[in-house]
Amino acid sequence: MDRFRDFLNRSLRQYGMIIALVAIIIFFGFMTGGRLIWPRNVSMLVRQNAYVLILAIGMMFCILTGGNVDLSVGSLVALVSAMSGLTLTRLGLPSWLAILLSVLTGLLAGIWQGFWIAYVKVPPFIATLSGMLIFRGINNIILDGQTLPLSGLYVTIGTGSVPDIAPNTVPDFLRIGDLLRLQNKPEYLNTTMLVTGLVLSVIYVLVVIFSRQSKKKRGYEVQPLHLVIIRVIAFFVAINLFSYWLAMDDGLPIMLILLVILYGIYNFIANRTVLGRHIYAMGGNIKAAELSGVNTRRMMFLVYSNMGLLAGVAGIVTAGRLMAASPNVGMSFELDAIGACFIGGASAYGGVGTIWGAVVGAFIMGVMNNGMSIMGLDVFLQSVAKGMVVLLAVAFDMYSKSKSRLG
Amino acid sequence: MSEYILEMKNITKEFPGVVALSDVTFKVRKGEIHALVGENGAGKSTLMNVLSGIYPYGTYSGEIIFKGAECRFRNIRDSEAAGIAIIHQELALNPFMTIAENIFLGNERARNGVINWDETNREAAGLMKRVGLSEKHSTLVKNIGVGKQQLVEIAKALGKNCELLILDEPTAALNDDDSDHLLRLLQTLNREHGLTCILISHKLHEVIKIAHSITVLRDGKTIETLDNSVPVSENRIIRGMVGRELTDRFPKRTPKIGEIGFEIRDWVVYDPLDEERIIIDHVNLYVRKGEIVGLAGLMGAGRTELAMSVFGRAYGKKISGTLIKDGKEITLHNISQAIDNGIAYVTEDRKTAGLIHIQDIKRNITLANLKEITNRFVINEDEEILIGKDYRERFNIKSTSVFQKVGNLSGGNQQKVVLSKWIFAAPDVLILDEPTRGIDVGAKYEIYKIILQLADAGKCIIMISSELPEILGITDRLYIINEGRVVGEMKTSEATQEEIMSIIIRSSAER
Repeated sequence: MDRFRDFLNRSLRQYGMIIALVAIIIFFGFMTGGRLIWPRNVSMLVRQNAYVLILAIGMMFCILTGGNVDLSVGSLVALVSAMSGLTLTRLGLPSWLAILLSVLTGLLAGIWQGFWIAYVKVPPFIATLSGMLIFRGINNIILDGQTLPLSGLYVTIGTGSVPDIAPNTVPDFLRIGDLLRLQNKPEYLNTTMLVTGLVLSVIYVLVVIFSRQSKKKRGYEVQPLHLVIIRVIAFFVAINLFSYWLAMDDGLPIMLILLVILYGIYNFIANRTVLGRHIYAMGGNIKAAELSGVNTRRMMFLVYSNMGLLAGVAGIVTAGRLMAASPNVGMSFELDAIGACFIGGASAYGGVGTIWGAVVGAFIMGVMNNGMSIMGLDVFLQSVAKGMVVLLAVAFDMYSKSKSRLG
Repeated sequence: MSEYILEMKNITKEFPGVVALSDVTFKVRKGEIHALVGENGAGKSTLMNVLSGIYPYGTYSGEIIFKGAECRFRNIRDSEAAGIAIIHQELALNPFMTIAENIFLGNERARNGVINWDETNREAAGLMKRVGLSEKHSTLVKNIGVGKQQLVEIAKALGKNCELLILDEPTAALNDDDSDHLLRLLQTLNREHGLTCILISHKLHEVIKIAHSITVLRDGKTIETLDNSVPVSENRIIRGMVGRELTDRFPKRTPKIGEIGFEIRDWVVYDPLDEERIIIDHVNLYVRKGEIVGLAGLMGAGRTELAMSVFGRAYGKKISGTLIKDGKEITLHNISQAIDNGIAYVTEDRKTAGLIHIQDIKRNITLANLKEITNRFVINEDEEILIGKDYRERFNIKSTSVFQKVGNLSGGNQQKVVLSKWIFAAPDVLILDEPTRGIDVGAKYEIYKIILQLADAGKCIIMISSELPEILGITDRLYIINEGRVVGEMKTSEATQEEIMSIIIRSSAER
């Protein structure tokens, strides 16, 4: 029974945020008269908030090292978009090369900051504050205050979706969207999206079953069967529901593929590699980590270099969606990313937080942004609301921690 | 009015699982210098913390009578208001403030929150003169030496009009000149101003030189109060300090000792903060396989610094010397090289440097040797759980499961996790720094058993401990370290506590 309670506690912590996300979706769903969950809006929401998600993943690692943040990512997004304008529009390079060079610029900027932070020991707050000024400045120097149009692969990444392999092949009984009056246009179902969702969810189920089997065979501890079944069913339904929703619009956004891949890679790094383990260890207790052989300087260097790389990717995504390189892009992106991490359960002292949490936090931020926009709320009021949510999320975390210590 | 300025009666103070003070009675006459001596862990600092209100009234039992009235201090401000000042071993000065600012820190010369700098500086100058500080009052504290910083602390205490001054190991970090100056100052303040002092010190020759009476504590009990108006001998004091019987608090074992496995030659280390100051002075020592070698000495003797500098230069600057393992010289530039070369160091500072409290048992155990459970960058978390379970059972780590966070374990069980971590790292040489500090007796016995098992498995074990009975009870051979040097080596079977203490004290006196 102890084991069961232990597991329940762990999974509650893991899924508590999902419950919060669902609650927020329901809330804004009501407040916007259902428009929030219209397929058109859902697919827009994914594209609009991809940058928060990408940045939040990188930011989570910064926070894990000990509550450090990177203030420069907004400016870095701007710098990368300026580089895109420079290489693609001014120099006329092919768009794949422009993308490569721009992402590389992000990585170099990250390495630059990582160097000062890890090897010169400039506090991250200050190093990235100066980065924030430097990168924004370079953006303005490059663009000279102009906005440059972008095309080619940029637009594909920013707004495109995977073509429908077999249009109009979905059987009629699946068309329930019209009945629910979920959108304001006649129903269309994208086969590619539906099939992808179905295949992924089946693979997921098989992986869970087989890894459980093989774990059991090799004598490792496995989760109780009924809990696994509940989890598998929940995920199966969630994945397919989501893909159905996107299928009602324009199908599988290319950006979503990018997000899933990034999530997969970084979640893997955080949970399953020595690198990830060392980052968690140094955030938990830097002295103990050092005495256990963790090279904390190298960790700082890698984490901030990687943040630059991801800011580069976020820059491409943002520039692509706007189809332009502009001087004002990326304003306060860093705050969205930091907010997403803390909403997603990161500890302000480091050592606690998951990539999953960053993703859910980013979605909560996104739903709030989007929901409030649809409601036509004043931008300044939106800002107040977001600030309050971040504050309350962390306050609640602190409160529940102090409660559990007393009890 | 009695002749005593301070009477502490029947003081008992318990911590979870440990009785730190048991029915202690301690009386200080007005106008005397009263020395408080005892081994590490005898309860001296605890007693002074009770007196100065750090452990507030209600957390201990017993009675404190100061200047004839019973006192119930709730915090350190209360005791200061009554006229008791304590100077801790670690000085409580702000290095970036001036001497004058430090003297009146927390006791500002101010009206309505506005500081009167003229008055501050004038009074500071007066106090500095009294303690013999010739610096300007505007000098920053970081720019004066430790000896003078100690004088600033005393001036600070005098600025609070204290009548009873407690000094905890004031000369531990000082050289001989500074120590002499400090002791003479105490005598002057005592004679001319009638200041009563309580002096905690390990340096018995100093105690005998300036104290009027000496109280000996051992195992949280008052053993005796000696009258030092006719100087007593050091041996007389030592007998009181260590005179306890050894029962079988240690597991039995027949050592199987092999050839030399690890050797430190001509090891020299300088202070990382002050590169002129030598911390480890040409130390030579060796350990045979299957042997437990003790490093005996007082706190601050340099044993931890020695161990950490050997462990991949985790401490110190300008390190020189040779490390030889299994007959081959090894060079260790950082900690992960040390671990790869089969060396492990179990820190004395379990709380702040030994464990990651927010992580669970299994993760703490595998941290120093993740590559053991890693296959091409991927950690096998299932294997990790099995390893955690194995150590949890083997060492009887009392916990709900391997998923329990180590921050919620008791001290003894935390120490077992730390040991598990280093045993899982599969070292050949284990340096254990105060492995039983802050652990209750039962858990200590279990830790000893683990240490003996490791030795029997052929590992070289170096054990640092400030508890002499522990060193005598568990090691095969021991080195005595004092002030960064090896001042003695002997077989444990031929050693006694008295002998070790007197070697330490003699070597301090010689310098």
